[in-house]
Amino acid sequence: MTVNVQQEDTRRAVIRCESVYKIFGSNAASVLESSNGVVDSKKFLEAGLIVGVNNVSLEVYQGELLVIMGLSGSGKSTLLRCISRLTDATAGKIIVDGQDLLALNHKQLIELRRNKMGMVFQSFGLLPHKTVLENIAFPLQVKGSSTRDSISRAMEMVKLVGLDGRENYFPRELSGGQQQRVGIARSLAVEPDIWFLDEPFSALDPLIRKEMQDEFLRLQAVLGKTILFVTHDFDEALRLADRIAIMKDGVVEQLDTPANIVLHPATEYVRKFTEDVPREKVLRVESVMDAPDPDEVLGDLRIPMDALVDSVAEQILGEEKPVAVVDSNGNMVGTLHSSHVIKVLFGGRSEATDQQ
Amino acid sequence: MDYLTKHPKTVQFIILLAVFFALCFAVSPSESNILWRLPPLLKQLPYIVNDSVRYLMFDWMPIQVYDALIDDYEEKPLFREMTRTVSSAFLLVINFIREIFLGGNKTIVAFTSWDFINENPWARWPALPWTVIVGWAILLGYKLHGKGLAVLAGVCTLYLAVFGQWKPSMETLSFVLIAAPVSVLLGLVLGIWAFKRKYAETLLNPLLNVAQTMPHYSYLVPVIVLFGVGDHAAAIATIVFATPPMVRLTLLGLQKVPADVVDAGMMSGCTAFQLMFRVLIPTARRDILIGVNQVVMQCLAMTVIASFIGAQGLGSNLMIALNSLRVGTGIEIGVCIVLIAVALDKMSLAWANKQTDYFADLSFFQRHKFALFAAIVFVVGVILAYIGALVFRDGFNYLYIVPHNKGVTTAPFWQATVDWIWDTFFYMLRTFNEFLITSVLVPMKNMYLAMPVAATFVLMMGIGYILAGIRQALIIGAFLLFIALSEYWDRALITAYIASFAVIVSAVFGITLGSICAQNATASKVILLICDFFQTFPSFIYLIPVIMLFGITDTSVIIATIVYATIPATRYTVEGLRSVPQVLHDAGSMLGVSRLQRWVSIEVPLAFPHIMLGINQTVIFALFMVIIGAFIGTTDLGQLILKAISDPQGTGIGLTLGLCVAFIGLAVDQIIRTWANERKKALGLD
Repeated sequence: MTVNVQQEDTRRAVIRCESVYKIFGSNAASVLESSNGVVDSKKFLEAGLIVGVNNVSLEVYQGELLVIMGLSGSGKSTLLRCISRLTDATAGKIIVDGQDLLALNHKQLIELRRNKMGMVFQSFGLLPHKTVLENIAFPLQVKGSSTRDSISRAMEMVKLVGLDGRENYFPRELSGGQQQRVGIARSLAVEPDIWFLDEPFSALDPLIRKEMQDEFLRLQAVLGKTILFVTHDFDEALRLADRIAIMKDGVVEQLDTPANIVLHPATEYVRKFTEDVPREKVLRVESVMDAPDPDEVLGDLRIPMDALVDSVAEQILGEEKPVAVVDSNGNMVGTLHSSHVIKVLFGGRSEATDQQ
Repeated sequence: MDYLTKHPKTVQFIILLAVFFALCFAVSPSESNILWRLPPLLKQLPYIVNDSVRYLMFDWMPIQVYDALIDDYEEKPLFREMTRTVSSAFLLVINFIREIFLGGNKTIVAFTSWDFINENPWARWPALPWTVIVGWAILLGYKLHGKGLAVLAGVCTLYLAVFGQWKPSMETLSFVLIAAPVSVLLGLVLGIWAFKRKYAETLLNPLLNVAQTMPHYSYLVPVIVLFGVGDHAAAIATIVFATPPMVRLTLLGLQKVPADVVDAGMMSGCTAFQLMFRVLIPTARRDILIGVNQVVMQCLAMTVIASFIGAQGLGSNLMIALNSLRVGTGIEIGVCIVLIAVALDKMSLAWANKQTDYFADLSFFQRHKFALFAAIVFVVGVILAYIGALVFRDGFNYLYIVPHNKGVTTAPFWQATVDWIWDTFFYMLRTFNEFLITSVLVPMKNMYLAMPVAATFVLMMGIGYILAGIRQALIIGAFLLFIALSEYWDRALITAYIASFAVIVSAVFGITLGSICAQNATASKVILLICDFFQTFPSFIYLIPVIMLFGITDTSVIIATIVYATIPATRYTVEGLRSVPQVLHDAGSMLGVSRLQRWVSIEVPLAFPHIMLGINQTVIFALFMVIIGAFIGTTDLGQLILKAISDPQGTGIGLTLGLCVAFIGLAVDQIIRTWANERKKALGLD
């Protein structure tokens, strides 16, 4: 489901960051002020300041899944913590759901968290003295819901994440994957509009991770939350994201759809990530198709424009003639020749990008 | 030359020792020589402290207090009124708990008057029959940890009853049951405060350090002045002594809560209050409950010492028995204290590890079965007591309260054993004793006393500098300076000599024993259990058997100290060696090392920092014991502290002496802790 950038701008931004800075160290604010917003992390480091987030502006739209990708120390988690206000940004503006986050007082912030935000943590952050059910019911109980209501709601959540039968277990009795299911259920218990996930699957084994990603996509298809997802795993970002923000040294290097990032890496740093990415798993038919040519003789096969190349490659390669690409209403929007598919599958980078 | 650059520390040590001995020989021992002994510039300190306390107690902020007796207002100092109020509140609660166990009328008096009691002979609170308390202890043990603990609790309480120590035991227990909860609460509050506010932590840290190294006796003197003598004063001294570990463990537990858990609490929308009481404290529960356990142990350790300022119960009986050399009775009372300690220790630990089942679907009977059983035990016990009243019509009602010293007694047996040991081994023991005193202890003591003050400073600060750095060296210098400028330098040297002799022997014993046991998983478990068991013994108990064997001499103190201080040395050695990762053992095995090689070149270096922390504990334990040993007559700082207790001018002296002891401990602590931490960092064990 790739959406054009022009279209996106008309959608409602649930989270908007404007020139957000986070500098660690004493008198960070005054140093930042005197530098007029131009931050050189090396110079700051010499002054004993560590730059976490450096002039980040981005928007997350209603129902969008934005992934912040970066290696450790890139400032991705710091940015997320600024947006959830677990730390206070040094400078800049963060608007969440129309409210200026940094202007909220303590009480308003608690209200916001109790009703609109949910968060999942890398090492789960479960309360060790509470059972699965109590952990999930915790945010509701903190809000002041009755035990009966919160427990019945928590039980729904237990079913949603598939932990039925384990609701009376303690966190230490669960596997990592199961613990994170509890974390996910807890973060969803208050039905938040905004969902933060801070490297939720990084602590899990590869197989479990894949399973949890599938589970996550299934949940998101049902729930349609506005999501900010932090990961250091580029493959995970490609697999899940509507858009990806790639961060390095506190700066967003590129913010775009997975396909565009693979096809047009903005910087050398981003290009290094994309080098080994199997493009057929990222690119959709529409980004490699030709414009429809009325003279061409097409085969009988119709393929949807938003299918991944990988999923239709075998069918297309079985056709001798080019095939028609259709949109969701069945109208033809382009054609795709098997030779293009072969280029995507086996060809070099330059040829694949030539198609655009 | 190559050797020099490779081992700079060895060279530094050689130079240090050379300077030290040069100073020892060069400095002439004369009172006017500043290199020999510093002038006692701080001589006035105790008196200044005394005067301040007296001013605070008797002159500061007079307020008008209404006196009902003379029907007029009287002028009284505020502070004394405050301490009086605290005292009477404590006394009221202690008496109340005591009367639940033993019966009495003081609580009723407190709310009415003696006249009321005299006019109404029925106004007397009846005691709980001992059978009820034994039954309840068994039930509680069963509820907390099943059959094993039930049996232990039963045996312990039954022993108290059968051996006629019921009354003093309940007196002791009533005093622990007030001191422990107050210490826990106070520790919790201070721990939370230190966790919340950085400045509070910085402020509390040195205070806790001193409090945890001050000898027990030193707490007693100021408490006497402020609160008088009696059970309440003993309870207050105990609270002051037992609170620091609770503060430490609360703070430690809270700081150990994973950041993600705190974040999760914040993102769930917790208020500050909810975050503390529903997220942080429950998550830190284990450490906090270990703190509770420590408090209980400390309270029992204080029972004997607190009897110096009027705590009734087992402690004072033990003291009387030891004073009159009735070792048999002493042993019996000692066993009582140990049994109470062991039972409370196991129970509080079981409570710490207990998980609640929130969702179990229980019937009314299941949910309330313990309450029901408790009620049944109560009724049965009361009925038994009435039957007892009929059966033992003339004498004591053994089914109600076993009167003091009217139970079964083993004292004659112990006394006979002691006499037999004395008769049989008298010459052996005396020879050993004399040998130790004349050929080891006296020369060592003289050596210590022949050390010029300058040499001591050079040696201690030099070791500090080489092992821990310049900062530590200066801190040690400051600690030593305080002692050197007080009047008590010579006494401190004597304390240091006994303690260091004991520490050396303990360390050798402990490390050897620990290393041998650590070779085998079962042996390690067994030795750790033994250490656990011995650690629950209140320190005073160690004096009983040594007095029995060696009488009232320095040897007794030293042997008690060695036994007591060997515990941490052994424990930390075993723990350190066992914590060496399996992969290193495997790597060693694949490289073909022998058992000894593995111990020398893999296990010991890796376990070294932990073993050093054990030695650190050994030093603190040894100092505590040496000071307690003053009770049987050493001539060190402890003796002076003991004297200060009965001195009306004692507050300042007692505190100054306590600080001297604390500073010896802290000076060693500074070196070892920094050194161990550096080694840890170097090995990447952090």
